[in-house]
Amino acid sequence: MNQVVFIVLRRMRAPLIVLILAYAISMLGLVLIPGVDDQGQPWHMGFFHAFYFVSYMATTIGFGEIPHEFSDAQRLWTLVSIYLTVIAWLYAIGKILTLMQEQGFKQAVVEQAFARGVRRLNEPFYIVCGYGDTGKMLIKAMDRRAMRAVVIDIKPERISELEIEDLYGYIPALCSDARGLVALKEAGLLHEHCAGVVALTNDDQVNLKVAISTKLLRPDLKVICRAETKDAEANMASFGTDYIINPFETFADRLALALHSPGTHLLYEWLTEVPATPLSMPIYPPHGFWVLCGYGRFGKAVQANLAKEGVETVVIEADPEKTGCTDWVDVVGRGTEAETLMQAHIDDAAGIVAGTDNDTNNLSIIMTAFDINSQLFMVARQNRQDNGEIFKAAALDLVMQRSESIAQAIFAVMTTPLLTDFLHHIRFKDNEWANQLVSRISGITNELVPELWVVKVGNDTTPALYEALTAGEEITVGDLMRDSRDRERGLSCLPLILDRSGGEVLTPSDGVGIEIDDQLLFCGTKAAMERMQWVVLNRNALRYITHGEEHPDSYLWRLFARKSRTV
Amino acid sequence: MNLEKVIFGFFIVLALTLNFGFFIGEIDNPEHHNKYELFAVIIVNLIATVLKFGDRTHMGAILLATSLVADLQLIMAAMVWAYVVYMSTTGLSPESMASIVSLSGGALLANVTSVVLLIIETVNLRR
Repeated sequence: MNQVVFIVLRRMRAPLIVLILAYAISMLGLVLIPGVDDQGQPWHMGFFHAFYFVSYMATTIGFGEIPHEFSDAQRLWTLVSIYLTVIAWLYAIGKILTLMQEQGFKQAVVEQAFARGVRRLNEPFYIVCGYGDTGKMLIKAMDRRAMRAVVIDIKPERISELEIEDLYGYIPALCSDARGLVALKEAGLLHEHCAGVVALTNDDQVNLKVAISTKLLRPDLKVICRAETKDAEANMASFGTDYIINPFETFADRLALALHSPGTHLLYEWLTEVPATPLSMPIYPPHGFWVLCGYGRFGKAVQANLAKEGVETVVIEADPEKTGCTDWVDVVGRGTEAETLMQAHIDDAAGIVAGTDNDTNNLSIIMTAFDINSQLFMVARQNRQDNGEIFKAAALDLVMQRSESIAQAIFAVMTTPLLTDFLHHIRFKDNEWANQLVSRISGITNELVPELWVVKVGNDTTPALYEALTAGEEITVGDLMRDSRDRERGLSCLPLILDRSGGEVLTPSDGVGIEIDDQLLFCGTKAAMERMQWVVLNRNALRYITHGEEHPDSYLWRLFARKSRTV
Repeated sequence: MNLEKVIFGFFIVLALTLNFGFFIGEIDNPEHHNKYELFAVIIVNLIATVLKFGDRTHMGAILLATSLVADLQLIMAAMVWAYVVYMSTTGLSPESMASIVSLSGGALLANVTSVVLLIIETVNLRR
């Protein structure tokens, strides 16, 4: 039985006993006290009538004295019973109302609803710990794709925020500490449909705890973690966390990538942005020396990555003691004043990175620096999601949006794990190769971010393709990319990576044959995605694009077709 | 000594004894079965049921179940009694008395189970 019922029953013991006793005493009195009937004969009320009378008297309905008018003795007893039963009722109702108001009871009701919501999930879902800016974006993206999720957050106001959010599906949310195993279990860690756990809280220790509990209890689950320090990152990786995202490291790494290979950087950007939004322009960060304002976790990551590219940096930090880098800092100050910036030789610098943890200061640094040197390549760190408009207006070359980049990366890992592989491989290709791929992608996508989809060859995912392949037919990647309306035309898409047990092939050519259990990652327009997904499901469409003939599909027509062919 | 246990045991045993008192006698003879006694059995049984509310142990759940069975049987008996006296034309005939008493006999069995369970629990308590 559930907890709420138990709490109610337990608390209602005393009021119920009081009520039963009040009724019993009143009824017994009415039955024992003699009355007089219409004919003046002595008369005793039966238990049946007594119960009837007490029932309406106690609830103050009051139908009157029945079946016969009462004697004075009966009226006296009625007077006693009225006060007795009415007070008993007030006591009982008051007790229920206090119970309803109680924090513990409310909590039990909410948890009950949450547990029920989780139990009823019958499709794969992710447990998302932490519903801050990142969590909000991730949940929204998942919801748009009809993916299910369960949310845990420690702050009650965030949970109420989720409740009023305009979402298509129902997302069960629990206000609890994700560190506790109870909360994770309640959120469905042991549920058969649980697909993975995403730890997004702003505390590395919490994320670490979530990751390690999940890996110990359910080693088969995918664990995606956010980490903000190298220590935590290494720790999480040590016990097999599937995907760790460190927003500062990732951003600094991308900046370095843009420095030495702008084409590869552009590929990264295009493939991880939200589909159907305008494609971002390529950026060409200048070599030369850079000014770095703020030397916290972000500044350190940027500095390390720039140094790898051979770019020198001048560091400005307001509080070298706190960030623990007294020997690294070149200029002490906030960087918001022209004087400090001048000391850092901003007028000769190629670029500036405003990387403090205060958005206003960052903007101020950028504005001041721009006044002195309008040729600067400007990079700023945006800490709060709601400052997005101002950062956009500041026309920066690059903005580091922590929550958005984490949410996008995590979403990509959840939906297309193959993309992570692909992005890993292109790091080892040169800029020339990347530029060629960039021009091929821009040729098919109409200035919009391409959709990404995976064709996984198997009986349950692509039945038509599977059937054709088991029948011994030769189907190539090029065949799949034909238009199912006119096979002479190609779909606006291109294959990025082919994953098979033998190894991975980057941008497979049209002539590569498809085998069972292959996984292919395509990018292209939405129309191309929809047509290809139809072709792999539909036997007729597949036969048309591979052989150019349309076959009848019903039993009778198939019979006819066979006859006419033999004649 | 736990006062709560005393009260609990008291009501469970009292429910059984009163029930037995009502049940005993010739099954179809209205003079052998007192209506006040039935009333008392019902009240005591209801109180015993409420006392078992909110006990989360397995034993508590079984005790609550037997108690609810006894309540159901006794309330049925009272309803039959009210029906034959006020609504039917036969009055308190031997046949109707027999059915009332047999209903209370069923409740008696449930109450016996309750008491046996209580004894088992007590015996198992090693202190």
